[in-house]
Amino acid sequence: MTAASAFLQYVISGATVGSTYGLTALGFTVIFNTTEIINFAQGEFVMLGGMLAVFALRWGGVPLPAAVPLAVLGVTAIGVLVDRLTIRPVRGRSPITLIIITIGVSILLRGGAMLLFGKDTFPLPAFSPGGPIHLGGATLLPQSLWVGGITLLTLLAMKFFFERTLSGKAMLACACDRKAASLMGIHVESMVTLSFAFSAMVGALGGVILAPITLTSYDVGILLGLKGFAACILGGLGNPFGAVVGGVILGILESLGAGLLSSGYKDAVAFVILLALLFLRPAGLFGSSGAERV
Amino acid sequence: MRVRIGGHVTGFLAFAAAAMLLPFALPNEYYLTVLIVGGFHVILVIGLNLLMGFAGQVSLGHAAFYGLSAYTTGILTGTYHWPVPAGIAAGLLLVTAVAYLIGLPTLKLRGHYLAMGTLGFGIIVYIVFNEATAVTGGPSGFSGIPKLSFGGRVVSSDREYYYVVWGAALLLFALAQNLVRSRVGRALRAIHTSETAAAVLGVDTGRYKTFVFVLSAFYAAVAGALYAHYVTFVSPGSFGFHTSVLLVTMVVLGGMASLWGAVMGALFLTLLPEALRAIENFDILIYGAILVLCMMYLPGGLAEGARKCWDAARSLARRGSAGPAADGGGPGR
Amino acid sequence: MKGIGNFILGALFAAVLVFPASAAEPIRIGAIFSVTGPASFLGEPERNTAKMLEEDINKSGGILGRPVEIIVYDDETDATKAVTAVDRLIKKDKVVAVIGPSTSGNTLAIMPKVEEAKVPLVSCAAAKKIVQPVRPYVFKVVPSDILAVKKIFQHAKKAGISKIAILTASDGYGAGGREDMKELAPQMGISIVADEVYGPKDTDMTAQLTKIKGTDAQAIVCWGTNPGPAVIARNRVQLGIVTPLYMSHGVASPKFIELAGAANAEGILLPAGRLISEPQVPAGQPQKKILAAYIKEYEAKYRQPVSTFGGYAYDAIMLVVQAIRSAKSADPAAIRDALEKVRGYNATTGEFNFSEKDHNGLTEEAFVMVRITKGDWEMLK
Repeated sequence: MTAASAFLQYVISGATVGSTYGLTALGFTVIFNTTEIINFAQGEFVMLGGMLAVFALRWGGVPLPAAVPLAVLGVTAIGVLVDRLTIRPVRGRSPITLIIITIGVSILLRGGAMLLFGKDTFPLPAFSPGGPIHLGGATLLPQSLWVGGITLLTLLAMKFFFERTLSGKAMLACACDRKAASLMGIHVESMVTLSFAFSAMVGALGGVILAPITLTSYDVGILLGLKGFAACILGGLGNPFGAVVGGVILGILESLGAGLLSSGYKDAVAFVILLALLFLRPAGLFGSSGAERV
Repeated sequence: MRVRIGGHVTGFLAFAAAAMLLPFALPNEYYLTVLIVGGFHVILVIGLNLLMGFAGQVSLGHAAFYGLSAYTTGILTGTYHWPVPAGIAAGLLLVTAVAYLIGLPTLKLRGHYLAMGTLGFGIIVYIVFNEATAVTGGPSGFSGIPKLSFGGRVVSSDREYYYVVWGAALLLFALAQNLVRSRVGRALRAIHTSETAAAVLGVDTGRYKTFVFVLSAFYAAVAGALYAHYVTFVSPGSFGFHTSVLLVTMVVLGGMASLWGAVMGALFLTLLPEALRAIENFDILIYGAILVLCMMYLPGGLAEGARKCWDAARSLARRGSAGPAADGGGPGR
Repeated sequence: MKGIGNFILGALFAAVLVFPASAAEPIRIGAIFSVTGPASFLGEPERNTAKMLEEDINKSGGILGRPVEIIVYDDETDATKAVTAVDRLIKKDKVVAVIGPSTSGNTLAIMPKVEEAKVPLVSCAAAKKIVQPVRPYVFKVVPSDILAVKKIFQHAKKAGISKIAILTASDGYGAGGREDMKELAPQMGISIVADEVYGPKDTDMTAQLTKIKGTDAQAIVCWGTNPGPAVIARNRVQLGIVTPLYMSHGVASPKFIELAGAANAEGILLPAGRLISEPQVPAGQPQKKILAAYIKEYEAKYRQPVSTFGGYAYDAIMLVVQAIRSAKSADPAAIRDALEKVRGYNATTGEFNFSEKDHNGLTEEAFVMVRITKGDWEMLK
């Protein structure tokens, strides 16, 4: 295998996994934009997407084309519940309080999944049949095309939503200034719930499209969430487009690191990047250095 | 002129007496082990409480400092046969230095950034413990660490170790109490209330935040050294994200900004798994539930709960002794 | 008068209940398993087996006429908890022997404690370090990984392979296998041309496999436990790699084939205990009866396929029971001595022959080479 095709292979694999990091990061961004909270439970939404699809398929006997949307809807509902039960009652408390609550929620979701589904790992069938596709010495799974396609579609849909629809613009208004938005007649609390619903939805989507390639289990959420957050920072916190791009870049960097440097320290790549960003350029690639009003 | 001993001193003395006398009341040597581990947690949590409760900063990777100290002294005394006090000192020094280096840039950041930064740091340290097999023994860990000894005298029995650990814990508690009541403590609380306001008033927020971060890491390092020379074995699994979350839960449960809360939280969550061995599978759910419910409904934790009970009892007693006409306090009680 | 009569009757009744006649003091055996945590795939079947055996032994009259009580604690795959658990077993529950822990790390952590307390430990973990150097009170029932490596290398050599690539997990098990392979390879004339590592929870190993594809390795040896190897099996097919793939005995369970997919697992070779390929074990083979009985009972009771790891717990417990019986005493020191004298004892893993110098008691004959064919195990001669 030539060096060029090896490189291409690393990029393809990295971009595939990176798309899920990107969708996770998108979820972080949407909630952050509306509420200024970092939802530590985001990774668990991703995990639940894959797990609920497996559950529907195996124990519900639902065929795959129905299991996937069902899973996504299910997780969206869970997202709404999380907001209603744990975030809404404590709106306005200090950031440290909210951070700890979302950590607690993530632990609860993970523990619940462990008790309900067990500790096993589960496969999910690919969305379409077919063997690997060969491309310049590297190979690509058909599922990777699904991953790329769905991620792109989601990005376009989000762009359309935030720029063209009233609800989207209302959510952005909340992010800019809650009081002002509220004075303009926007029901901030509903926007918050909506943002949780969206984040859960894109997170679940990310989980369910990747599960056929990477398998899923109750504890995949932690690392995915953390890497998703790193991707978020990489792309510039608050920038949805940056979040997804950041995710793909992170995935590729990770893959290159494992392939060209050391495979043992692969997981560390994302966190070293995260720390480097936090120290040197917290605004990330596409964010602007923020100034806080006092 | 009568000298009044502050309530906090009598409280501390009572606590110290209880800790010293407890081993004689235990029915079984096994409980000493639990209390020793509890002692480690108490030290860790007091430090973390100073950071989270008083300075209002979140650290989600504190287990890394715990582990770094344990591994350093373990490797130096185990592989390189350094004398134990030297190994411990090296560990404390290293962790303090690392904390300073990490703290300096990270503490410029706010709320969630710091949380994630410390989380990332914690995970990197865990990965290093796991991967650097030649030095750390890798995933299976590292055994054969010598027991604690000063100048030839080995601390061999559990009972002796109990006194060492709790002696250290009491010392560090007193130190923390002093700090909180000093000028530094007031500056910290100002920063917690409003960093911007404190800065405007001339408090060097960066320096104080870094100071308390490094101090909390130092506490963790002490606990780590005591761990290594008691268990005589270290492995990455004891110092990962799970442990960091447990420590945060202990702080939250005990009550942030309360040193007594720190002790209560640490002891409660060390003893709880022992008492509830039947439901081991559920412990992770319980931690999650504690975090969520506590922050939502009892943000002051057990300390606040205890204080409320104490106040309620006092006002009841007062009402009882003064008769039904007395109100037992001014408005807002 | 009636009141007093009733009272006396009641008191007698209570007395009978409170002082059960001739109830013999139970023999307490302690066990520490990683029922939760990353090693729960080891601990759960071990715990299940322990509970099953406790019932069986008591149903058939106990040991030396006394009931047996197997006290199981979960160490959550955490060394600190393993240490507190063993303390509790020895000091509070006053057990006569300890089974487990499930992982090598935790075994190493508690060894000093059992040595100090002079209570025999029969570990369900694999690391060589547990029994090398031999410590009087520490035994293990799991064949050292190096025996499995030997089996793989023997097979590879017969197939004319002299250059291999290794791909190991960065956990205790994988790291141990890597060390063993690097130690044994030069002794058996095999050279390792690539040495890659992956994280036990990683979901994509195409980078490592791509690197390996670029070398002249004639076979790939992967050392890890599920799900990693399953991902590797899939990735290998995805990348179109046809180099033969050997796995370790860590994936000797139906779960591996399920996760990888039968098509991706086709042709994979691995050493395994006879437990998973029991149907193909010939009738006269010394372990056949024990294997068949264990499988039947476990699967009926727990409605899950057996795993090799449950078998370790079975062997450990039965060895202790055997030792108590042959020593005619439940004193820890006597149990220890009796364990060391065990010869030719057949259990699920193999035939155990302990001695003063050998506290593992097994050879590479505990393993057979199997090939995954059409989604099932095919024992190779």
